[in-house]
Amino acid sequence: MFGWEFPPHISGGLGTACYGLTRGLAFRDVDVIFAVPKAYGDEDQSNVRLIGASQVPVRKRSFVFKNDLVTNHENFTEERSRELVYIEIGSRLVPYLSPEEFEQYIRDRVIEEDYSWSRPIDREIPATATLTDVIGTIDFTGKYGPDLMQEVSNYALVASEIALENDFDIIHAHDWLTYPAGIAAKKSSGKPLVVHVHATEFDRTGENYNTIVFDIEKAGMEVADLVITVSNLTRNIVIKRYGIDPKKVVTVYNAVESGNENRIDQPVKSVEEKVVTFLGRITYQKGPEYFMEAAAKVLKHADNVRFVMAGSGDLLRKMIRYAARLGITEKFHFTDFLKGPEVDLMFSLSDVYVMPSVSEPFGISPLEAMRSNVPVIISKQSGVSEVLKHAIKIDFWDVDAMADAIYGLVTYESLPTMFRQFGKEEVENMKWENAALQIKNCYIKLLYPSS
Amino acid sequence: MRNICFYFQVHQPFRLKRYRFFDLGNDHYYYDDYLNKHILKKVANRCYLPTNELLYNLIKENGNQFKVAFSLTGVFLEQLELYAPEVIKSFRKLADTGCVEFLSETYSHSLASQADPDEFIDQVNQHRKKIEDLFRVTPKVFRNTELVYSDAVGEQVSKMGFTSMLAEGAKHVLGWKSPNFLYYNVLNPRLKVLLRNYKLSDDIAFRFSNRSWSEWPLKADKYIQWIKALPKEEEFVNLFMDYETFGEHQPLESGIHMFLENLVRMVISDPELGFTTPSELTERYQPVAPLSVPYPSSWADEERDLSAWLGNEMQKEAFGRLNSLRNLVILAGDKDLTKDYDYLQASDHFYYMSTKFFADQSVHNYFNPYNSPYDAFINYMNVLSDFIIRLEKKTKRIRFHGIPLEELSGQALEQAILSYEGTLKELRKRRNLMTKSKDTSTPAKTNPTKDFPPETAKVKKKKN
Repeated sequence: MFGWEFPPHISGGLGTACYGLTRGLAFRDVDVIFAVPKAYGDEDQSNVRLIGASQVPVRKRSFVFKNDLVTNHENFTEERSRELVYIEIGSRLVPYLSPEEFEQYIRDRVIEEDYSWSRPIDREIPATATLTDVIGTIDFTGKYGPDLMQEVSNYALVASEIALENDFDIIHAHDWLTYPAGIAAKKSSGKPLVVHVHATEFDRTGENYNTIVFDIEKAGMEVADLVITVSNLTRNIVIKRYGIDPKKVVTVYNAVESGNENRIDQPVKSVEEKVVTFLGRITYQKGPEYFMEAAAKVLKHADNVRFVMAGSGDLLRKMIRYAARLGITEKFHFTDFLKGPEVDLMFSLSDVYVMPSVSEPFGISPLEAMRSNVPVIISKQSGVSEVLKHAIKIDFWDVDAMADAIYGLVTYESLPTMFRQFGKEEVENMKWENAALQIKNCYIKLLYPSS
Repeated sequence: MRNICFYFQVHQPFRLKRYRFFDLGNDHYYYDDYLNKHILKKVANRCYLPTNELLYNLIKENGNQFKVAFSLTGVFLEQLELYAPEVIKSFRKLADTGCVEFLSETYSHSLASQADPDEFIDQVNQHRKKIEDLFRVTPKVFRNTELVYSDAVGEQVSKMGFTSMLAEGAKHVLGWKSPNFLYYNVLNPRLKVLLRNYKLSDDIAFRFSNRSWSEWPLKADKYIQWIKALPKEEEFVNLFMDYETFGEHQPLESGIHMFLENLVRMVISDPELGFTTPSELTERYQPVAPLSVPYPSSWADEERDLSAWLGNEMQKEAFGRLNSLRNLVILAGDKDLTKDYDYLQASDHFYYMSTKFFADQSVHNYFNPYNSPYDAFINYMNVLSDFIIRLEKKTKRIRFHGIPLEELSGQALEQAILSYEGTLKELRKRRNLMTKSKDTSTPAKTNPTKDFPPETAKVKKKKN
């Protein structure tokens, strides 16, 4: 599998999804080699064996999902746990940046950094992975141009080597940055390629899409033997906008990690009012301004409610100015970016969670909110609305409907009761094991077409 | 001789328009006129008018041998008056044949039998007045909303003076017993209970046009064989269903009219078979056994209980809130408020809030204007909130010995309660009379607020 990111270093839903999926696959007896680009070497390396070489550092480590970690499923025993091989490839690839943003990002980073990630690496390497010795001449050091596309193709080059070095049956690539890697791996190994579409360029940018990214996406989907989409919404985009044969596009919905939602034992809620929360990147795609307009409508009529916009993004400043212009700053709060535990805390303080996304291929966060007993309002333009029953669904542009739903949830007591009763149960039935089983069946069909 | 008793339920609610919370206090009109008119006209053209015509012709053709029974809700009749008066005319034509019986029920197709006995009585009286006004007949047999029945409901109905009532022949109620006999209420043996034969009723109402049904296509001769095959001692079969079965639930193209026509002709030409009505059954037969139904049953869904209307938290909150307003509505004595209160009673509003059938919403979605039960609940509660604002405004003006109601305490409060209990009874009587005389005479009262408890009037005079 080629991904972008993997916990603990994640910046968005893709890392969470990949993590859940690999755990689910482990439960379904599928071994996974997971490769990610890695641009920092700042974490604890004591229990990691570095197996790369000097120029393109490639670290390979393996770990076993432990019993309690993988799932609460009672059938899960030690014998069934699988090894996950995890490969980090030295690269400057950063998820969620457009080529233009990447250019800026690299410029900033190159100045402050001394390429510490590429320092000479311990040569005690197991024989299995003398990877950079083989392709030795790929020399990134000091030469990264501010060119994302160059990085993508370098990553692909490494990928084809990884494909030669490792033993596997299927190549599975997550989102466009890794499609070239997937294609390269397919070419060098001859193994079938699955591309997993978590988002398309249209979701990220609307109609002003980047044609180079679009071309990479299209090429990946065309070369792929199978395209997995996270919702029918995305499936339709793949079929209509990319012209992919519907027969090879299947939808596998994401799931949510089951487990300890009570990480915050006693939420210290310091305000009397009900709290309505928006949580996500503050970008065009997430529809923050609709949330704010709905908030203004509710605040005009109800004083038992406060609003929180949690997250950061390119529209944050604009949103703060907008709140001031609407005159609602007294009851509308910003938190900037929230990290893991803070997210849990935020959920535990919330009475309503709103996801007004303009375009959301799936959207895991409402599931996380429901897991914490928070009722959710989601836009019909999200993939997750295809599977959720116990959520209020509105059009992202329908600010009146959004405001009305918020008002209803903070005013009529039986509504949150209903959601506590049914929502949590619904979410807990959306297990990664099930998504993984669907994917495993896809694999089997690819490998043994006749059966 | 085996008799078939056809009974058709006809009802359409006043569906609510999209009512946002920011309309609270500003907009006091709650109904989606366009949608209601559209649905009513559509169903009138596809079902009510053509089927009425068919029934009329069959009655004329067969003298008085073909008979049916209807229950028409008050809110349905009001909508006909607004949007399709020609349908009332055609029902009148049917009524004039003398072969059509009209049954009694609540005015708004409500769940009042599950709330307040007095309100239940009021609504039944209100409905009777409406039927008397329009068709000049007095209903004799009672049928509750969606055939909701329990021992307690039966007792209430019996107290109102009815001698028989319809109910669902639910499996969990009957056990091994057959629905094709008369039973009686355990609490009050004078009330006879007619039970729906759900198998034979649903063959027509639900399965008729279902092509994956093993008996499709259902023809009249086959159906008659089923009826004839029943045990000899069973002398009648109750076929109760929505009237919309003919032309709407089962489209005209399915041949449902042809089926009905053939069925009627074949039954009449068959010496062993005939038609009857609920009141004829009540007079002619004696009950064979008591029927014990401690928990309410209905004809809805697999469960045949109340869970479709009062199953979840939202439904309970909304229903409870609505019922808590009852006395204030009577005290307010306002024509518009009373009317809205009637319309908000319709059981349909609660049906839309049901979360039972997320997977299989086919029946629940029928004429349902909402995307989800949550949506339905929020909209209803917004409307109800506005209604409460209006009600409170109106009742604030009511004073007991010069003291606003909400400031009463101690002795004064006790006195007020005693006084208002009497007043409520008076007002209820007057409301029933009002409903009766509404169409025929001009309103007697010019200023309703002055007719409140005598104390109120006195105080006002003093102030003036």
